[in-house]
Amino acid sequence: MRRTGSLASTVRGLLAASAALLALAGPATADAPAAGGSSRVPKPTVAAAAPGKCVEDTEFMRRNHMELIRHQRDLTVHEGIRTTRHSLANCVNCHADPKTGRVTGSRDAFCEGCHTYAAVKLDCFECHADRAKAASAAGATR
Amino acid sequence: MNRAAFARAQSRWFWALVALGGAVVLAGLLAAHAMETHGHAITGMDNQVVWGMPHVFAIFMIVAASGVLNVASIGSVFGQAVYKARAPLSGLLCLALLVGGLFVLMLDLGRPERMVVAATHYNFRSVFAWNVFLYSGMFAIVGVYLWTLMEPHLSKWSKPAGLAAFAWRIVLTTGTGSIFAFLVARPAYGTALLAPLFIVMSFAWGLAVFLVVQSAMYVWNERALPDSIAKRMRNLLGLFVVAVLYMVAVYRLTNLYFAKQAAFERFILVDGGIYPLLFWGGYVVVGSLVPLLLIYHPRFGSPRSMLAASLLVCAGAFALLYVFIVGGQAWPLEIFPGYEVTSSFGDGQVAVYAPSLPEVALGLGGLGVAFLVTVIGVRVLRFLPQDDLQPAVAGPSR
Amino acid sequence: MKGVDHARRQILAWGLGAAGVTIAPGITLFDLAHGRPPSEPASRTKRWGLLVDASRCAPDCSACVEACNRENGLPATKTATSSQWIRKVELKDMRGRTLSLPVMCQHCAEPPCVDVCPTGASFKRADGIVLVDRHTCIGCRYCMMACPYKARSFVHEPVTGQSPDVPRGKGCVESCTMCVHRIDRDRLPACVEACAASGHHAILFGDLNDPGSDISKRIASVATTRLRADLRLDTGVRYQGI
Repeated sequence: MRRTGSLASTVRGLLAASAALLALAGPATADAPAAGGSSRVPKPTVAAAAPGKCVEDTEFMRRNHMELIRHQRDLTVHEGIRTTRHSLANCVNCHADPKTGRVTGSRDAFCEGCHTYAAVKLDCFECHADRAKAASAAGATR
Repeated sequence: MNRAAFARAQSRWFWALVALGGAVVLAGLLAAHAMETHGHAITGMDNQVVWGMPHVFAIFMIVAASGVLNVASIGSVFGQAVYKARAPLSGLLCLALLVGGLFVLMLDLGRPERMVVAATHYNFRSVFAWNVFLYSGMFAIVGVYLWTLMEPHLSKWSKPAGLAAFAWRIVLTTGTGSIFAFLVARPAYGTALLAPLFIVMSFAWGLAVFLVVQSAMYVWNERALPDSIAKRMRNLLGLFVVAVLYMVAVYRLTNLYFAKQAAFERFILVDGGIYPLLFWGGYVVVGSLVPLLLIYHPRFGSPRSMLAASLLVCAGAFALLYVFIVGGQAWPLEIFPGYEVTSSFGDGQVAVYAPSLPEVALGLGGLGVAFLVTVIGVRVLRFLPQDDLQPAVAGPSR
Repeated sequence: MKGVDHARRQILAWGLGAAGVTIAPGITLFDLAHGRPPSEPASRTKRWGLLVDASRCAPDCSACVEACNRENGLPATKTATSSQWIRKVELKDMRGRTLSLPVMCQHCAEPPCVDVCPTGASFKRADGIVLVDRHTCIGCRYCMMACPYKARSFVHEPVTGQSPDVPRGKGCVESCTMCVHRIDRDRLPACVEACAASGHHAILFGDLNDPGSDISKRIASVATTRLRADLRLDTGVRYQGI
């Protein structure tokens, strides 16, 4: 019985420690300013070069932009369909940060900001240009 | 030494081996991470020699994996009792080597994080795509086979399971050979002979690996392999080594007969530098003739000679694979027959390849994985072949 | 008025005739230049090809290579691991005759690289261009082993500063796309344009399926050859003067 008791107390101790860590984790990551003021949940701040109307609704885009991009890439690569509505290059042209001309490179950049916040790996720009068309005249380094 | 002390010493040795294996695997993982972060520029592979040291290791392990199952097949499919007792160990080694080989292949990919893409997008004209199914199926079939061998009330299923495993592995090795057989572009490949060549190589290398592991296990357990069994297995290895020599000779001689292949054969056999050295010295002499001497000459009959012969056959296998894989790519493609060619992309020039540390570390990491799986497997389950023999130390019988 | 004005009819008839003759070639040219709208997929009715005239290719000129590098964002310096989608090859035969010509992906109709790709990333588009879908490429390099022309390159290092029209990155295999991003917008491949600009006019681009195109007419009239024709890969690139 003593063995069980010490096991139970160990488990309880671990649970308490985990709960404490989790409780601390919330405020520990809240370093971005809360946009809404009333909500304690921090939101990313992103800047767009041409703020205005996106090709689809914001809420739709937040949930589905990855599906649009994935579908469009098959159409473009395999069939040569180059409509611009869902083209990634077109997204970049509009959404590039007005100061840097890029959608990555800082926590305020359009793509990287939200992706860092949501902890979703963004590997499009390992291959795709992350700059708006005019800004990319410099050429590749490799 | 009493049993308790013996067991403690063994336990310490076991953990030491696990630590060693783990360190080698860690080195392999670090190498793979470096390759993924910095790109393949840190390796010796480039646009002329695209498959290098990692592939030598991987193909050795995959071919040996299918061959090591032969020992079990001779038992289950052909009914030889001595081999049947060895079937579980052979099955374990098959799984271990397959895991090791796939470890190397998958981590050498340009984009290893796209494993899911490889598992969900298939081009069925590609033998690589078929190999994905063959390798995964191999795990399942050998797993089931091992289960029928080691679970007493399933033993009546071991013969059909053994037959299925045997058939599957013949297809798998044919698939591995076909990777090269289907390449029409290069003089080193593109011949149907490669599929049976790989099958025969798997017989020889699989048995050699099995004998090495078996010897180690007997030494560990302070038992001795009876001479009659040793002689049979040794002779079988000798037979397989001769068979591989025959297939390689036929392959090379046929190539020599075609005028358009002659320059390539000259490169491999005479003036290619490292390639003739490895082919004649590494594969023919060290990897085939010396083992044959150790196997058949009456002066060399000891277990030590058998172990030495098996190790040399494995070394010869690496030499042959290096010549086959790297040598085949080092020779320039003949795009303009009859012309002397130069360009900025290596046309007309023999490519220079030097294995780099990350590649060798990755290859060794694969061997480490196979080693770890074997060491842990034989420690945890009963894989020591149980023959009717006089053990050096009395141990539990089945 | 009772009678018909013949003079007016004649003027109208001549006028319409003249207008027709003036407009008609314009309509035909417009059809040729109009090409395919962006929303329409590439189709099998076209088969894009190249014809390289080795007799016009100058040994000390690499305009095609430089143009390809600029257009596609490839490195200018050539090392053993850098990508080369097109390269100049210098040939010398037994009797000392020398030749120079560019070699790039031959865009075979029976491409070995497409057959061997495990994921289907290496594929042939409907209009004959052989491409690598870098979303699906796992970087196994089997296609590089299979290509008889050594057309493919593997990206050995991380890439930055890509052209927005030509995404490319570490870990995937790539090769000449026949400037598919330009062809789809009714422009010529960069190498063809640069060769013309340099004055050599050694590379001709066009639709092999159209018997009226310049390339088809030239192939029908002069001797052309394919590289490694013995392999019967039915390449889309042909050479003249080898």
